[in-house]
Amino acid sequence: MKYEEIVHRCFRCGYCKFTSDYTDFNCPSYRKFFFESYAPGGRMWLIRAWLNDEIKNSDRLQEILFSCATCANCVEHCVFTFSDDLVNIFIAAREEMVNEGIIPPPVRDYLKNINISGNPYKEPAEERGKWADGTAIQLYDDQEYLFYIGCVGSYDERAKKIARAVGNILVQAGVPIGILGNRELCDGNEVRTLGEMGLFQYLAEQNTSLFKELGIKKIITLDPHAFNAFKKDYPGLEEKIEIYHYTQILAPLIQSKKIPLKEYKATITYHDPCYLGRHNGEYEASRTILASIPGVELIEMDQNRENAFCCGGGGGNFFTDILGGGNDSPNRIRARQALNTGAQIIAVACPQCAKMLDDAVKIEELDDKLEVLDVAEIVTRALA
Amino acid sequence: MSDIRLSLAEIVGEDYVSNREEEAYFYARDPGLMPAHKPDYVIVPKTTEEIQKIVRLANKDKIPIVPMGAGMALTGLIIPLKGGIVIDMKRMNKILEVNEKARYVIVEGGTSHGVLKAYLEKNYPRLRHSIPDAPATATIAANVMIHGQGRLTQQYGFNSDMVTGLEIVLPSGEICKIGSCSISKEWFSKGAPLPDLSGLFLGWFGATGIITKVALKLYPRKKMRDVEIFVTDRDDLVPDIVYELTHTEMAEDIVIFSQPKPLIFKDNHHVTIFITGDTDEELEFKRKMIWDAVDKFIKTKDGGFMWVQPAMKPTLLEMPQRSVSRFADVKKGGGFEYSGPIILVEKYPECSRKVEELSSKYDLGYSGMARIIGRGHCMMYGFAFTFNRADPDMMDRVRKALHEVSDYVLEIGGVFWKATVDEQRLAIERMDPNTRNLMKMIKNNLDPQGIMNPGNWEVN
Repeated sequence: MKYEEIVHRCFRCGYCKFTSDYTDFNCPSYRKFFFESYAPGGRMWLIRAWLNDEIKNSDRLQEILFSCATCANCVEHCVFTFSDDLVNIFIAAREEMVNEGIIPPPVRDYLKNINISGNPYKEPAEERGKWADGTAIQLYDDQEYLFYIGCVGSYDERAKKIARAVGNILVQAGVPIGILGNRELCDGNEVRTLGEMGLFQYLAEQNTSLFKELGIKKIITLDPHAFNAFKKDYPGLEEKIEIYHYTQILAPLIQSKKIPLKEYKATITYHDPCYLGRHNGEYEASRTILASIPGVELIEMDQNRENAFCCGGGGGNFFTDILGGGNDSPNRIRARQALNTGAQIIAVACPQCAKMLDDAVKIEELDDKLEVLDVAEIVTRALA
Repeated sequence: MSDIRLSLAEIVGEDYVSNREEEAYFYARDPGLMPAHKPDYVIVPKTTEEIQKIVRLANKDKIPIVPMGAGMALTGLIIPLKGGIVIDMKRMNKILEVNEKARYVIVEGGTSHGVLKAYLEKNYPRLRHSIPDAPATATIAANVMIHGQGRLTQQYGFNSDMVTGLEIVLPSGEICKIGSCSISKEWFSKGAPLPDLSGLFLGWFGATGIITKVALKLYPRKKMRDVEIFVTDRDDLVPDIVYELTHTEMAEDIVIFSQPKPLIFKDNHHVTIFITGDTDEELEFKRKMIWDAVDKFIKTKDGGFMWVQPAMKPTLLEMPQRSVSRFADVKKGGGFEYSGPIILVEKYPECSRKVEELSSKYDLGYSGMARIIGRGHCMMYGFAFTFNRADPDMMDRVRKALHEVSDYVLEIGGVFWKATVDEQRLAIERMDPNTRNLMKMIKNNLDPQGIMNPGNWEVN
């Protein structure tokens, strides 16, 4: 297994489970299951036991490994020099399971759907660009930016609204964007985190080749997961193409009043998406946008920025739901944390977080107290 | 056995009980070097009532029970030596009450030091507790159960001395309150002026009951904190230096470390003195008192204050010190183990030489660390050796070195801290027979079926 030479080095001291100031446990799977085996230290010790043939691949071990949200809280807070590799180690162990062919059924189904249909929803590729119907968003034709949507924004009803909101603002602001429509392919971020490296490599090659063929120089992504894949896991892509999350484009435009905003009175708390925040260090763009809206009061949750609590959708859990269910599912915990701030709106900058938190607000019966909105949807309400 | 799993699931819910191989593997061991023993079940309760039901069930079927905090003692105290049920307490993590003016806090039995620290800093910035250098996950209940020490130990004694009340689930399943809270709704004293019954539980490693609530003394938290390091290459002078320093009553905490690496630390003893103050004047006054106290050692050129580099200060001042855990990976192997006997400060030179001798004999990386307890009434001396988990031979050498430490500690008049099972046996053998009989009476009366953390404090 990759990283096999590291797994014995975990002392299981547990710093990885916490926030930096120890306010609370911040590992989503540990918070849900509360067995040490579901914490990063537990995973490290069990992976080693598995590699040493002291335990077998079982449904329980699969649940332990695949419930990791790859949120990188452990990477942020582990005290050892190998901390940067923690999530990579868990992904490498998943890769071993994938290679063995013994994985949880929802993971298998997700990977099969990507392989066969090109998306997790088993929808036809022809439907991929339908979200943009009725908008002024054009197909890519040498515009300055490719606006890359990803599977969730292309097919999920809630996420499609976010894609439209972002696209419309960019068009209104005069940012030259084009979309790939039914030529767009899955970015593969979740394929990689679920351990199917062959399929991920294929998707990365296909996407890279398409971008090259079209002469794309700049990409704006809707989804932090795609942003992460393009920036960090597509070999050499970032040297050739400038990659932005949409909030990074909107923030300077709004700050410089090139997108004029009217007053929108609301108390908002911002939820940092893991693949924008901890994985890529972008904590400020969304906050800059929200703080620039007249009338908005921005309140932080205790667990914010590098200490943000994951919504539980990362690492493929958005699709597999291994981490979902129950009172202590991460999205419900996060919704309660947001409620405690007194905010009326949870702002998100990720379609997966939006959906996860939307579900949580409904289950917690907080619909009348909390609204989950993407940053772009809030900006839309404030457009002059 | 599956009936027992079902019964446990009825108590805590299906999701919080496991008899799966994965939990059995993990909870069979701690990060130290003690042999693994698998539990039959691991359970993660949420309430005292659930613990009562678990204990009653275990009592009925004579199933061993092992309560567990974070498992950071490293000496195997949470390893279920005879199988049974490991009760992971960390889901019981609520801070129940802070009495600000009386300076105490009541927490549930699985609350960690880290969470209490963060809570006090946010809500009661003028209060603090004695934070150990164990990782922040270490629980308060487990720490007082093993007579842990912390940042305020030099001033106020063992962390267990700071307990002001306990709620215990007895081996019978009954709840017992210890201290003022047994009579009053206030939790200000664990004993005085009543008979102090806390000794029936503290130090017993769960062999007489399970702590479900702890009340703990809080202390003034000063606005400023700083550190000075007095260095000497004469180990024989360390007890005198400590005597002078403790006489000032100016230090928050005093720890002494010696280690071979980096080379600038080699052959020196670093008396690390922490000071606090609400104003610059207070801090400087304390600093001056401390400097004056050891001036005679400077004049004889036996020591001096080292310049603490700005980059080093955050590491020294943080609580808990994460660098303590980092010691585990010095050999890129993720492990360390230490024996930390409680012993007179005057034994510092012998202990310091012994740790070096054993390191050389067994070819091990080491660190020697002493924490002063009370005003020099005694100290904990940590004989710490790092090891590589992927190197069985190195692990064996550490075991042998620590075994030698155990014999050596008794030779020089020390008492084991958080004793391993073997050390408990040695202690029981050496103990005054009447003391041993008293322990036997206590154990047999409280836990007649011997279900509580069996293998530990086996006075029978």
